[in-house]
Amino acid sequence: MDSEYFFELLCGGLVKGSIYALIALGYTMVYGIIQLINFAHGEIYMIGAFVAFIVSGVLTLTGYGGPTVLLLAAVIAIIYAAAYGYTLEKIAYRPLRAAPRLSPLISAIGASIFLTNYVQLAQTPDFLPFPELITDFDFMEPFSRYVSSVDLVILVVTTLTMIALTVLIKYTRVGKAMRATQQDAVMARLVGINVDRVISATFIIGSALAAIAGVLIASRTGQINSAIGFMAGIKAFTAAVLGGIGNIPGAVLGGLVLGIAETLGAGYISSAYEDVFAFGLLVLILVLRPAGLLGKAVKQKV
Amino acid sequence: MLEVRGIQTFYGNIQALKSVSLSIREGEIVTLIGANGAGKSTTLMSICGVTPPRHGEILFRGQPIHRLGAEKIVTLGICQVPEGRHIFPQMSVLENLEMGAYLRQDKAAIKADVDEVFERFPILGKRRQQAGGTLSGGEQQMLAISRALLARPTLLLLDEPSLGLAPLIIKQIFEIIRKINAESNTTVFLVEQNANQALKIAHRGYVMENGAITLEDRADNLLSNEEVKKAYLGI
Repeated sequence: MDSEYFFELLCGGLVKGSIYALIALGYTMVYGIIQLINFAHGEIYMIGAFVAFIVSGVLTLTGYGGPTVLLLAAVIAIIYAAAYGYTLEKIAYRPLRAAPRLSPLISAIGASIFLTNYVQLAQTPDFLPFPELITDFDFMEPFSRYVSSVDLVILVVTTLTMIALTVLIKYTRVGKAMRATQQDAVMARLVGINVDRVISATFIIGSALAAIAGVLIASRTGQINSAIGFMAGIKAFTAAVLGGIGNIPGAVLGGLVLGIAETLGAGYISSAYEDVFAFGLLVLILVLRPAGLLGKAVKQKV
Repeated sequence: MLEVRGIQTFYGNIQALKSVSLSIREGEIVTLIGANGAGKSTTLMSICGVTPPRHGEILFRGQPIHRLGAEKIVTLGICQVPEGRHIFPQMSVLENLEMGAYLRQDKAAIKADVDEVFERFPILGKRRQQAGGTLSGGEQQMLAISRALLARPTLLLLDEPSLGLAPLIIKQIFEIIRKINAESNTTVFLVEQNANQALKIAHRGYVMENGAITLEDRADNLLSNEEVKKAYLGI
């Protein structure tokens, strides 16, 4: 139980948590705008990983390799996942916009099952080896005990992505429209915001983030299959609730807390109970702070 | 300017507007008074396209608008300050104002308009970086009206601007509305439960009951109308 071991676990948890955070952002953004838990979000992540797998496979066959392939695979995965997210909302959620809240939730679960089985039938139910596209950096050699080169790439990419997302939400026109819609959808329409388009944009952005997470995690674990979306989706959903669903910084915090707690629990107690720590933490937070860690930060006078 | 012809609006199977017809001429202040639940707010939301009417038609400058979406109707210059003010609670005062100008592209003119708002309401200028949700009711109402004006409307719809405010603030708000109408020639359609104050600044008025218009007259006539006095003025 030396401090070095602790630090090692902490780094591992941070890497895991940042991936959870990336997926959790999609949950929380969608929830913030249409109060829907998009249970098919994990499948979008899985599809992102699959597209990256196919693209990198094809490119490797043609003789390319390394970071260029990764970048290209990631870009195409993002475009595909965004298209899936956009279509998912149009087909599964938009027709149920005026329906009771339970209906789109059931539709979400249906979409999730459909997408898992669709990939399973169209591709394979087996685990597929994801190519090693991130080669070890020489300068990482002394730190490799704590953070591998892949982990470094994950941390850098997730940090940059989150900064980009913050800028997008804070300063761009679509970002302001998203915030306005989240805070008051009727008023958003009254100032001329096309709420349908904002909802589409939210699904596109959330799906793109999930695809990035999919490519990163596949590069780390080295294998994918059609069922990886389920657990990742549930974990990221837990992270979003942990941080306060609908709250964007909360999703990031929730992801990191979840990742670290899980890794520490697995490292010090038993790795067999990894998931127990994750969901136990969720129960604990929901009992002590039902709105989540950062839920309801700003009070509103009436 | 605005012609509402026999509109009927439903929430699910519940009919909120039975058949509402009214007209507003350029430059007027027209008020719509009536009890709680008479359908006043629904009338405004129907005009704005948020709850489109199932039957009937709405013409703006001769063009039908009742099939357009809410965001299209705003572009025509029809803006609403909804009941309860609907300030974006986590956005700053400045951001709230900028949202009012969401459809405008002329950045320099928007900035000038924002500065003008801060000149007219120094308290908003002082709180420009503060979250909208933390303002007092009166400040929020000033912000809500200013936000609507940032869209440079030709027809301003106001829903219960006096609701929940102290008497002194109410007086101020009505004075602001009168000024907006007089100075920038903005046509105003004012929905109010505070019939007395509303009729004092309005040119004409409509009385609404159970989803239908029951009375229409010049404002001063309505003020002296015995039935209106008894039902809405508490005299």
